[in-house]
Amino acid sequence: MVTAAADGQPVLELTDIGKEFGAIRALRGVDLQIFPGEVVGLMGDNGAGKSTLVKIIAGNFLPSHGEIRFEGKTVHFHRPVDARAVGIEVVYQDLALADNLTAAANVFLGRELKRSFGPFSFLDHKAMAARALELFSELRSETRPHHLVKQMSGGQRQAVAIARTRLSKAKLVLMDEPTAAISVRQVEQVLSLIHRLKEQGVAVMLISHRMPDVFAVCDRVVVMRRGEKKANKPIRDTSPEEVTALITGAKEAA
Amino acid sequence: MALPMESPISFANVGQARWWQRGIFASQTGYVALALLMLLVAMHFASPYFFTEGNMQNVAKNFSFVAIATLGVTFVIITGGIDLSVGSMMCFSAMITSMVMSGLSTPGMPGASLFVHMAVDGRTVVANVPGLILFVAVAAGLATALIVGLFNGFCIAVLGLSSFVTTLGMLSIVRGLGYVVSNGRGSFPGGPDADYFYALTSGDVLGMPAPFIYLVILALAMAIVLHHTTFGRHVFALGGNEKAAELTGVPVVRVKIEVYVICALAAGLQGIIISGWLGSAPANMATSYELNVIAAAVIGGANLAGGVGGPLGAIIGCVLLEVIRNGLVLAQVSSYWQQTLVGVIIILAVLVDRIRSRML
Repeated sequence: MVTAAADGQPVLELTDIGKEFGAIRALRGVDLQIFPGEVVGLMGDNGAGKSTLVKIIAGNFLPSHGEIRFEGKTVHFHRPVDARAVGIEVVYQDLALADNLTAAANVFLGRELKRSFGPFSFLDHKAMAARALELFSELRSETRPHHLVKQMSGGQRQAVAIARTRLSKAKLVLMDEPTAAISVRQVEQVLSLIHRLKEQGVAVMLISHRMPDVFAVCDRVVVMRRGEKKANKPIRDTSPEEVTALITGAKEAA
Repeated sequence: MALPMESPISFANVGQARWWQRGIFASQTGYVALALLMLLVAMHFASPYFFTEGNMQNVAKNFSFVAIATLGVTFVIITGGIDLSVGSMMCFSAMITSMVMSGLSTPGMPGASLFVHMAVDGRTVVANVPGLILFVAVAAGLATALIVGLFNGFCIAVLGLSSFVTTLGMLSIVRGLGYVVSNGRGSFPGGPDADYFYALTSGDVLGMPAPFIYLVILALAMAIVLHHTTFGRHVFALGGNEKAAELTGVPVVRVKIEVYVICALAAGLQGIIISGWLGSAPANMATSYELNVIAAAVIGGANLAGGVGGPLGAIIGCVLLEVIRNGLVLAQVSSYWQQTLVGVIIILAVLVDRIRSRML
């Protein structure tokens, strides 16, 4: 396994990130660095602040305090589109798919391919279907681009959501529970996809409850508890038992 | 960044849907079209007058009088919204158009000198540029619709009010303004361009009513826009999953405003056309038409929950309603039954679709 280039520049650097919702303190003093080609597992119990952290990185909302640096530059994401513009792609837990559209339409939603005829520009259905089929093939998913998402299995829907992140040159891919709703065989596919992203120097942040998945693909594991980062360890220096203890609070920090 | 493919993908477990299980054949629009065909055949046997040229022209004209507005409201329904102000909008646009037209054609009215002058006999009013008054009048009517549409869209997309409440309010506001500007009286399209106006709104071209021709052109344009442009794709995405649309970078606010503007413009145009056929724009014109329009859209397969609908469905819904109305008249059934039957059909159309989607 390739270890993170600790001396290189981190693709994402969070400094003292905090977030309050009214009186509720969801996050406090989170520092985190992710390097290119590194797979970081983000673990924690429900309500530990994982989703809040992911949403801050993805641009769903601004942190109450702290600084986000992307490739060395300070960034402020006001909308998800801002985060995507710099190269952060997200696979949302609810997948963010429009059921009434085809698989290809969902993959290209918000960045459709077009062809111009004089002053008008029309959707390039053919090119989008072909590209979508290519992406599905890479994911080893039997998904037809022109089928409606409404009629698809959980795995196929997952493939559509993941295929979306492969459209552009993403530098950081956030995956919120990508393996929660899919079959054993498809979990293999998603994990091998993460490996391939990593080979290409893409940083991946995997939010998961599934210990085996995290230990199969991650270089490093970050454990959150009660809004704070409790551990940040290379995966080879820890064990599922220790991570479980950190998540539950049986072990305070590591 | 293409990844190397290990082997071409096979579709061992994912079959192709049969032709009758997808597209138009698996939609409510398809079933209602089938019902319409059966109804047409039944009408043919029930009344020898039904398939005469005159009656067909009548039917075509009558459904065209609501179908253009139905196209507009279908856009809104696909996004998951509703526009209840179309009836009032029809009336108000028609009123503004005919008031501007007769105002500009009356020497002495402000601005009229730019458009008309008196003929040498001192009685006939002659247009400076034939057709210009008509153009300005229609533009004024549509501009009014544009403003109302923008206001609806702003309240719904930017302020986040519910579309039902906003357009319910607008129904009342626009109707009220219609009474205010006309003082409760109707207005009549008049002046030297009135003949053009009547020719364009209630005339015939090669035996086809003019409104029907506008309808066909607009429906084709709508089909292209919905299925072959980014805007159309976003309209469907908004109805399917608004949150997903927002997360993936669809300009949700802009698309929403645009659909309400389109809807108001369609209603305005429809009202102007109706006033040409009526020969006037009474202040109570098109009252409760919004219900006919929405009923036609829903019968034709537009889903009020959003995400489904199209121009073909909108037209089929309008034709079905008109054929039933026309058929009941020809069959000499009391016209009171008409409304009851329309209600039954709304529920039946949606029910059949529900049963179908459970069975397949």
